[in-house]
Amino acid sequence: MAEHKPDQMEFYKQEELQQIDLNPPKEGWQDQPADFRPGSWIYPTKPKHLESLGMPNPREWSPADEDWQLPENWQEIIHKKFKELLGKYRSFRIFMDTCVRCGACADKCHFFIGGGDPKNMPVLRAELVRSIYRNDFTTVGKILGRACGGRKLTMDVIKEWFYYFYQCTECRRCSVFCPYGIDTAEITMMAREMLHELGLGVNWIMEPVANCHRTGNHLGIQPHGLKDTLEFFCEDIEDVTGIHIDPPINKKGAEVLFVTPSGDFLADPGTFTCMGYMMLFEEIGLDYTWSTYASEGGNFGLFTSADVMKKLNAKIYAEAKRLGVKYIIGGECGHMWRVLNQYMDTMNGPADFLDVPKSPITGTVFENSRSTKMIHITEFTADLIKHGKLKLDPKMNDHVRVTFHDSCNPARAMGLLEEPRYIINSVCNNFHEMPENTIREQTFCCGGGAGLGTDENMEMRLRGGMPRGTAVRHVQEKYDVNQLACVCAIDRATLVTVCDYWAPGVQVTGVHELVANAMVMKGQKERTMNLRLEPLPGAEEKEANDGES
Amino acid sequence: MTAILALGAILILILLAGFGSQVAGLQVVFGVAVPYAAIALFLGGLVFKVMSWARTPVPFRIPTTCGQQKTLDWIPSARFDNPHTTLGVIGRMALEVLFFRSLFRNTKVDIRPGGRIIHTPAKWLWAAALAFHYSFLVIFIRHLRFFTEPVPGFVKAIQSVDSFFEIGVPSIFLTSFLLLGALGFLLLRRLVSPQLRYISLANDYFPLFLLIAIGTTGVLMRHFQKTDIETIKAVAMGILSFSPVTAGGGALFTIHFFLVCVLFAVFPYSKLMHMAGVFMSPTRNMANTNRAKRHINPWNHPVAFRTYEEYEDDFRDKMKAAGIPVEKE
Repeated sequence: MAEHKPDQMEFYKQEELQQIDLNPPKEGWQDQPADFRPGSWIYPTKPKHLESLGMPNPREWSPADEDWQLPENWQEIIHKKFKELLGKYRSFRIFMDTCVRCGACADKCHFFIGGGDPKNMPVLRAELVRSIYRNDFTTVGKILGRACGGRKLTMDVIKEWFYYFYQCTECRRCSVFCPYGIDTAEITMMAREMLHELGLGVNWIMEPVANCHRTGNHLGIQPHGLKDTLEFFCEDIEDVTGIHIDPPINKKGAEVLFVTPSGDFLADPGTFTCMGYMMLFEEIGLDYTWSTYASEGGNFGLFTSADVMKKLNAKIYAEAKRLGVKYIIGGECGHMWRVLNQYMDTMNGPADFLDVPKSPITGTVFENSRSTKMIHITEFTADLIKHGKLKLDPKMNDHVRVTFHDSCNPARAMGLLEEPRYIINSVCNNFHEMPENTIREQTFCCGGGAGLGTDENMEMRLRGGMPRGTAVRHVQEKYDVNQLACVCAIDRATLVTVCDYWAPGVQVTGVHELVANAMVMKGQKERTMNLRLEPLPGAEEKEANDGES
Repeated sequence: MTAILALGAILILILLAGFGSQVAGLQVVFGVAVPYAAIALFLGGLVFKVMSWARTPVPFRIPTTCGQQKTLDWIPSARFDNPHTTLGVIGRMALEVLFFRSLFRNTKVDIRPGGRIIHTPAKWLWAAALAFHYSFLVIFIRHLRFFTEPVPGFVKAIQSVDSFFEIGVPSIFLTSFLLLGALGFLLLRRLVSPQLRYISLANDYFPLFLLIAIGTTGVLMRHFQKTDIETIKAVAMGILSFSPVTAGGGALFTIHFFLVCVLFAVFPYSKLMHMAGVFMSPTRNMANTNRAKRHINPWNHPVAFRTYEEYEDDFRDKMKAAGIPVEKE
């Protein structure tokens, strides 16, 4: 039998991961160095990616090394950046000053619940930075130092930052419970931005960033490759429905530019969701276009720095302008919508060359996107369904017993809660909610957000995914749930592993895969397969009967 | 260890004031210098800190949304938990400041054998926090009777409500004991819960011990070692009118008064600034009008990105071969 490695889920025994002691050790946290055990950290950025982006200190190194090959004046560099960020973000200043360590956030983090490492309590994660802030930037801290919670900026602190700020998925769950709204995502962003000044980043984020910069998407799909991919999807769609689709690409003068995370182009089950979008647009006759240049809705710049986020996001408006579209629709993705909802207009707007989004089918004007000119696909589809513009046969999904995972960012940075639920209830007859403390604004992260969803980080992904996975298992046992729907590309990639591990038998699906499977298209042939090319339960029997007669 | 450090600091402060009250020459220090220094440190620090926050830009609109957004007309939105109007934000802030809305959501996680994760509501922290803060507010208002002549009606009214039960002579104030009870709970949970003990700093124990000492000396003065109220009022009025009186008032009063001065002095330099910070937290005091109204970032500097022209130059041949339209043939 082959030995399993720390980057495979089989390496970890469930009984062992479930042995969680939420009680911290005896010794204080201040002097405990981070334990870089395999499976709990992510490979560092390859120098070529930093070079292509013009970012500091490209070199070959590993967090397991003693020497991280930092510039001589690394303390000075961090201090300077720290000061700059304190001057740029009121959030950072207030979050440094106001925490009372009440502990309400402590057991709200999925990494703490699933692992018990005290530095994964949001309060301590923030203290890793706050202790340096006290020591270096406050008068009292400069005088009293350690006695009032200050710490000197040492190499161990930098290592600890690297370890723990790449163990935060920026999911904002702690921020819901904090009486002062302290948002650890914000602190993690600041810490990562500081670390990047020393060339400390992870390849799983920076390679997509470099790809996105050059090819327009995280996966590095070149224009002709994207065309092939979409045409390949259309072949499958034709097999399932008998309907032929020609995907519009870089089409000038289209009414709508459609942008989705590139994960939907590459990996199942995201690909099925992508087919779902295409079938929907075909069915309603939407005049839209894909773009190969702005072929990424997701934005790993969000996990890097404000400038990199802006750099990658800029292409969406630029392309909308070049193509002369009226407005933009965005696909199902989590952190993509954090950027589109809370950052895009501020960074790269005003989008005064676009129109306020108006559904050509229902006439609904999306006033909530009056300035950004970009709407979420579930807002668009929910409106279509409400106006009876889609012919739906939910019975087609009767073999599916579905639950819905609110993705962190649409839930806590947007409030997109009812739109996907309305759609699911319209296209499925069997929908069951997970327990209330694990959905909506209290939803649990998949454990792989903010650039942590890579296999070498498997232990942390399984631990971080445990609260979500356990809630899925609960509805699996109680209601026989067999599919988990979500509106996030990272979820569609990482929750597959989480479900296989914590709730085996539950598949992951996008909302628009469910829509497309239930949608009765004009001129379609009788459906015998779903989009995964799996035979539908009734169809199998029918075929057998046909054979007998 | 951190708790002992904080307790030690408080004991030293108590001894200092106790000693000061016995030495005639030091009465000027404790009755005049200390209160004015405390007021200066309080006001100066508070203004400086709040100004430093206010001067720092809010580059992005980043509310933490805790309910349904405002989108389609037929989907009801969460007016306060995900506000999209100024009125909604005021409502959200009022719920936060007056009723500790976010803390009310608190849950406790238990992991059962077999890996079952149980979330149960946990309201004790919320209840104790609310009890402490409101008691403190009432006590603060009650104390205005020492600083005003004539004493305003609302101060008298609050005082009479607070001593409603008329137990003892002088009758006890409900809030004095509520305050001490709540503080006791907040201290005990820090000492007993292993997680809280782990995250607690001396900075967390110090204000707790300080407030407990202030509350205890206050109760002692009212009910056990009765202190002459007229003398105290003369001291208080003297400070306010910038003609300080150094007429003592006894050891207990000196300690009580000194500790209150310490509370004011450390306030702006400690976590107690959460009082001001809660009003300015960008995840709570902004409306989720993100896509409807453009938010301006004052330092939004230009960032170079790869233009379409550069992209097409790189991939033109491949695009043409695949039949994808290009700008330049």
